Amino acid sequence: MTAVIASFAQVTMVVLGAPLLVGVMRQVRARMEGRVGAGVWQPWRDLRKLFRRQPITPVGTTWAFRTAPLVLVGTTLVVAATIPLLTTTTALDRAADLFAVVGLLSVGTVVLALAALDTGTAFGGMGASREMTVLALVEPTILVAVFALSARVGSTNLGQLVDATLHNPLQVMSPASLLAAAALLVVTIAETGRLPVDNPSTHLELTMLHEAMVLEYSGADLGLIELAASMRLTLLLGLVASLFTPWGIATSLAGLPLALLAFAAKVTVLAMVLAAAEVLLAKLRLFRVPELLAGSLVLALLAATTSFFLA
Amino acid sequence: MPAHPGGDRHGVAGVDWPVNLIEWGLAGATGVAVLGALVALLTPERARSVVAGIAVAGVGGAGLAAGVAAIAGEEFTAHLPELLPLFGVTLTLDPLGGLFMAVAGAVCLVAAGYGVSYAGGGHGNRSRSTQATLPLFTLTLVLVPAAGSVSTLLVLWELMALTSLVLVFTDHRARPQVTSAGLWYAVMTHLGFVAILAGLVVFAAAAGGDTFETLRTAQLSPGLATVVFAAALIGFGSKAGLVPLHVWLPRAHPEAPSQVSAMLSAAMVNLGVYGVIRVGFDLLGAGQRGWWLVVLILGAASALYGILHAAMASDLKRLLAYSTVENMGLVFLAVGVAGWFHTLGEERLAALALAAGLLHVVNHAGFKTVLFLAAGSAVRATGSRDLDALGGLSRRMPVTTALFAVGALGAMALPPGNGFISEWLLLQSLVHPPAGAGVTTALVLPVAVAVVALTAGLAVATFVKALGVGFFARARSRAPEQAVESPPLLLATTGVAAAACVALAVAPAALGPALSRATGATLGVPTDVVSGALTVRLAGIASTISPLLILAALVAAVVVAALLVQVVARRPARRREAPLWDCGAGPPTPRMQYTATSFAEPLQRVFDDVLAPETAVDTHLASPYLLARMRYQRRLPDRIEHWLYRPVLAVTAAAGRAARALANGSVHRYLAYGFFGTIGLLVALVVIP
Repeated sequence: MTAVIASFAQVTMVVLGAPLLVGVMRQVRARMEGRVGAGVWQPWRDLRKLFRRQPITPVGTTWAFRTAPLVLVGTTLVVAATIPLLTTTTALDRAADLFAVVGLLSVGTVVLALAALDTGTAFGGMGASREMTVLALVEPTILVAVFALSARVGSTNLGQLVDATLHNPLQVMSPASLLAAAALLVVTIAETGRLPVDNPSTHLELTMLHEAMVLEYSGADLGLIELAASMRLTLLLGLVASLFTPWGIATSLAGLPLALLAFAAKVTVLAMVLAAAEVLLAKLRLFRVPELLAGSLVLALLAATTSFFLA
Repeated sequence: MPAHPGGDRHGVAGVDWPVNLIEWGLAGATGVAVLGALVALLTPERARSVVAGIAVAGVGGAGLAAGVAAIAGEEFTAHLPELLPLFGVTLTLDPLGGLFMAVAGAVCLVAAGYGVSYAGGGHGNRSRSTQATLPLFTLTLVLVPAAGSVSTLLVLWELMALTSLVLVFTDHRARPQVTSAGLWYAVMTHLGFVAILAGLVVFAAAAGGDTFETLRTAQLSPGLATVVFAAALIGFGSKAGLVPLHVWLPRAHPEAPSQVSAMLSAAMVNLGVYGVIRVGFDLLGAGQRGWWLVVLILGAASALYGILHAAMASDLKRLLAYSTVENMGLVFLAVGVAGWFHTLGEERLAALALAAGLLHVVNHAGFKTVLFLAAGSAVRATGSRDLDALGGLSRRMPVTTALFAVGALGAMALPPGNGFISEWLLLQSLVHPPAGAGVTTALVLPVAVAVVALTAGLAVATFVKALGVGFFARARSRAPEQAVESPPLLLATTGVAAAACVALAVAPAALGPALSRATGATLGVPTDVVSGALTVRLAGIASTISPLLILAALVAAVVVAALLVQVVARRPARRREAPLWDCGAGPPTPRMQYTATSFAEPLQRVFDDVLAPETAVDTHLASPYLLARMRYQRRLPDRIEHWLYRPVLAVTAAAGRAARALANGSVHRYLAYGFFGTIGLLVALVVIP
């Protein structure tokens, strides 16, 4: 029962907090660029506006187009209920391990790519093709990093991974853990479509990845996709935070409020660092992205091999 | 008949059945197959496919029953000395063979029903040869795992090669490339046969006997054992499409009628895996660590090479055939890891890796059957296998599209598909290294994880392409615009296979006992590798997963999200239809869509060095400043074929031409050849003691 309540709390927190996190990132960016910025509540205002608008279905699209936003949000909600953000014992912790979480996030990307292809436009195909290329190249890094982290614990279930770090805090400073953290940060950036892999605020066909896929969406559908995108960002940053700095995470219901504060602080700091870095970075050419991802794979492989010798 | 009264019959060990199900199953299968083939030869064209379909279903069903009985613990051995000269026929079935027999039987059972309607619809071939061969091919698929001696295995293996060859040649009148594909297959399968023959005959000679029981007890020197294993790996590996012996597979599998493609790609390739496991683990007793490293590396290479070419392919059935190369590569990787751990003495991890490989055989058979049958329906409706000419089928053929989507989800290895579970097991066997592992293990395991992950990622891209470009989107030519949904029998049989995929996806733990028995029989250490009901648990590893709970949570989350949107939107969100956004430049035509080729272009660029595509751009200028015409051509030949096979073929052809000078038509010369040949032989016999 406590696990269900904890999971429910996590899902509520992620749904409500994710747009705020995006707002914070945009605000940091605006301030660093010398603008006033729209305030941290702007993403929520955008969502409210979108959800009240009528969705438009392009002529000739099928169920693949119509159901994709819901499935995307659905996978994100399941992940939010699974990974340890506030507590190490979520309701789905034994049902879905880190491989399943990675798989579920990929399912979200896949349904969106299929929807983009379903529209039958050049933009949709372009976005789907590029997104699938990045996804295929990101996968090895993630799974090898999982290897590096799980080898010493003997489990890939996230609750146990975080528990092990809680009980043995010095593990975080081991070379394997540091290398895996670096590799995972790179793929987090790629997965969430941030600079330098993708630019969330561009609509230029030469550079679009994610935005090209969702070009035909409008109204509540677009609102769902925007919400899911911000939730995925929160979840992946939260996952990195929980795996490498699990302190403050609750082990009982009473600890939830404190865990909430700790989690918000950790993720906000990570997001602000990310936003600050984005101001200083230019987007990579699409065909330079594989080099970045290959670099992250090398880091992950090093992490995995050192986990044998320097554990 | 296997149920010969003179047959040597052992009692039932695990389960006490009133009759031996295996004996009856195999006898029934043989009877039905022979009878079906004879009747199919005699019946007129209209009824022929029905007769063949019933016979194939009978053989498949009997094989499934016998296989399940063997997994359940029933034992069977029969020796029929008079059926084959010299050594006779020995049949025996253990849980490992039973698993492969059950998979082959189930695939054939589904393909049988599909074949009836497919052949009747004007596609496929209703010729006597094809329809009479189908039951015999099914019989060999079912019987190979039951072979209990070298000679029996070789005879059945060769019969399987010959019958499948006839089936690959089915459409040779309609399409010229069928002949070329069939020739490649004929040559490769016989080279493989020669390798198996040489290896096993050497083995049998050293062991002093022909039955597997004798071979198990034989003491081979390490060098000889390595020779036997290498020959078996070459022979069986070529059947499973192991790189670099895969070249025939993406040619031959797509050219057969679609239900035969399914039988080849979902059932026949498995027997290559079976052969390597049987010879390597069972008969040779796992042997040396180096063997398994080779198997692991070849498996990894096949997985990557296969999926890369599948990601590039724009021919739907060729894509599926390359995906078979990939999946068999993953299975071989699992088998290699199992052997590696086994020789290290890590029995628990070895059993887990082998169970992952076997489960992937089952899962691959499931989703590949669905994919080939659904693709066959699409080809039947449009007359085209070219993804660049398809599209828009989801509106014209919604059921076929949904079925293909189920298969594609399995092939993508994403939750909640069935392929995910076996890859999850494989990854679990890789990411929990044994304590105090050596340097090689520390290097091999992470790289193996990276290979599996990259393969999975590319498989996602491949099947998004196959489904998104081929079935969704807008029709790229006239044919898919006018396609009609397949007849009920085609949909029903494909649906049965899809239902099996769903069952495998949500309740994989149900196969746990079968996997434990099969791995126990192979490695000789019975463990409960995979257990649990709702949640899959592994022996000795803390990781757990519950596919059913994931699926339930996903469905619940989607429903809640849909309801919340309705609440937040206040007024019911009525959808409005509007034309596609056209940048203000007039409606976009279907020709402006991304094709399969353009979809794969970024990946092709990334893997340029491996694929080495040949591109040619011809530009015709109207004036120094104005382009009149431009022609872009891209070919993606199989590099291994190019570098490895072309030179061999060229040398062989040159040798053949040179040898022509020896035969100039003079009878005197030929008599002289005979005379000097005999003299030479006699001299040699005298000189060599």
